[in-house]
Amino acid sequence: MATPYKDRKIADPLLNIGDEPYYEAAGQGKLLLKKCAACGEVHFYPRGICPFCLSDKVSWQEAKGTGTIYTYSVTRRGGPVPYCIAYVKLDEGVSMMTNIVDCDLDTVRCDQKVKVVFKKSEGGVSIPMFTPA
Amino acid sequence: MSINGKAYIVGAFEHPTRKAPDKSVAQLHAECAAGAIADAGLTKNDIDAYYCAGDAPGSGVLNMSNYMGLRLKHMDATDCGGTSYLVHVNHAAQAIAMGKISIALITLSGRPRSEGSSGTVVRSRGTGVPDEPFEIPYGPVTVNMYAMCAMRHMHQFGTTSEQLAWVKVAASHHAQYNPNAVLQEVVTVKEVIDSPMISDPLHRLDCCVVSDGGGALIVARPEIAKSLKRPLVKILGAAEAPKHQMGGKVDLTYSAAKWTGPRAFEEAKVKPADIKYASIYDSFTITVIMQLEDLGFCKKGEGGKFVSDGNLISGTGKLPFNTDGGGLCNNHPANRGGITKVIEAVRQLRGEAHPKVQVKNCNLALAHGTGGSLGTRHGGATVIMERE
Repeated sequence: MATPYKDRKIADPLLNIGDEPYYEAAGQGKLLLKKCAACGEVHFYPRGICPFCLSDKVSWQEAKGTGTIYTYSVTRRGGPVPYCIAYVKLDEGVSMMTNIVDCDLDTVRCDQKVKVVFKKSEGGVSIPMFTPA
Repeated sequence: MSINGKAYIVGAFEHPTRKAPDKSVAQLHAECAAGAIADAGLTKNDIDAYYCAGDAPGSGVLNMSNYMGLRLKHMDATDCGGTSYLVHVNHAAQAIAMGKISIALITLSGRPRSEGSSGTVVRSRGTGVPDEPFEIPYGPVTVNMYAMCAMRHMHQFGTTSEQLAWVKVAASHHAQYNPNAVLQEVVTVKEVIDSPMISDPLHRLDCCVVSDGGGALIVARPEIAKSLKRPLVKILGAAEAPKHQMGGKVDLTYSAAKWTGPRAFEEAKVKPADIKYASIYDSFTITVIMQLEDLGFCKKGEGGKFVSDGNLISGTGKLPFNTDGGGLCNNHPANRGGITKVIEAVRQLRGEAHPKVQVKNCNLALAHGTGGSLGTRHGGATVIMERE
């Protein structure tokens, strides 16, 4: 059995104030993270205040765009096509929710190496997703 | 200050309906309130504190106290999904222990079945929610958030689909004796595994039911409890905590029960091995396995082995659980199962569970809830109760 990846309608992110640079960078093929100058921690999802020390000395940094699948699930009911939701642990040490795309979804495994790709949402926003490296 | 012995659960009521197309959510709340007040042998005007959560219409306490004509000294609308009502029991016991109130009412009601709710639909709460722009595009739904926990558990600890299925099998053994249960047929491990795959590795029968209904509880001061004619259910300990994505250091192998369990046991001055009956939140089969581990009923990673071979079935297993059939078979009103967890524990301690599932000499029970989403953000709450 195989479950080839199929494009699906991706909901637009409803951005909050401060989120814009993340999705602008995604439009240029870059994945951004936030790093805190006060405690040195990288965090995800990106915030204006560090969730480790509450400092506002946080700034954007570009991620390498590679990591491993921490966990995943292929959702087979409820939508028009199956899709694979996942948490990918980036090489920078933080995990982000994402989708695994452009592969046979039945071959996805925990701890598999992946790299970032970008898929367009319904409104044309570039959304970071991952595919086997 | 401890709540140990300072408050009693004197009233409990589970609405018998599982489909309520012709009743409002507010009316269901009020019917549950009336049921619990009558069960306790009290009257409405005895209530001086009220607790409800996000399932209550409008702004919760204000709209519902208006609807029911309650005159209150204390109110609390803490919302952390399906476990809110266990948090409310904790908060009510604290307010009673401090002498602020005498008799607290807690209600839950909802009609997700009539409203066509589904666990495979993305639910956005709109702009302003800080995490949603980084999640909603990926299609997070109730089932796949729990499925990701199950997938990691299987990968890291070797848990199997058969072990997950045993949780449903045990719940179904209990539900066959509950005439109100949505699913009353006993199922086998094979039937669970052969049911349609919803989101890997969770099958349809790994999921809870969607049902209308509700429930209510009354918590009161010791001297009031002792003046009533019902068996005495004393609160020994309780604890609550949220668990989330930890700034990106995501770890889905444990739940908030890892923190609430030890604190509740310490306050209650008992240990997991002392517990005769456990109500364990069962939104999905994996939820039960993770909570059992985190509460200390078995070691981390051994939950699958613990639940196998009918070990959760009353009468034969080593830890009887969810003897009403739980959320997996009986009822999950408002998509929130916390109040029914306490209600069945109270039935067990009173000796009022169905005779086929009543635990012998049931003098110590635990109820634990996990509300919200195990894969992102959830609240956990533990309540330990004793038959006096």
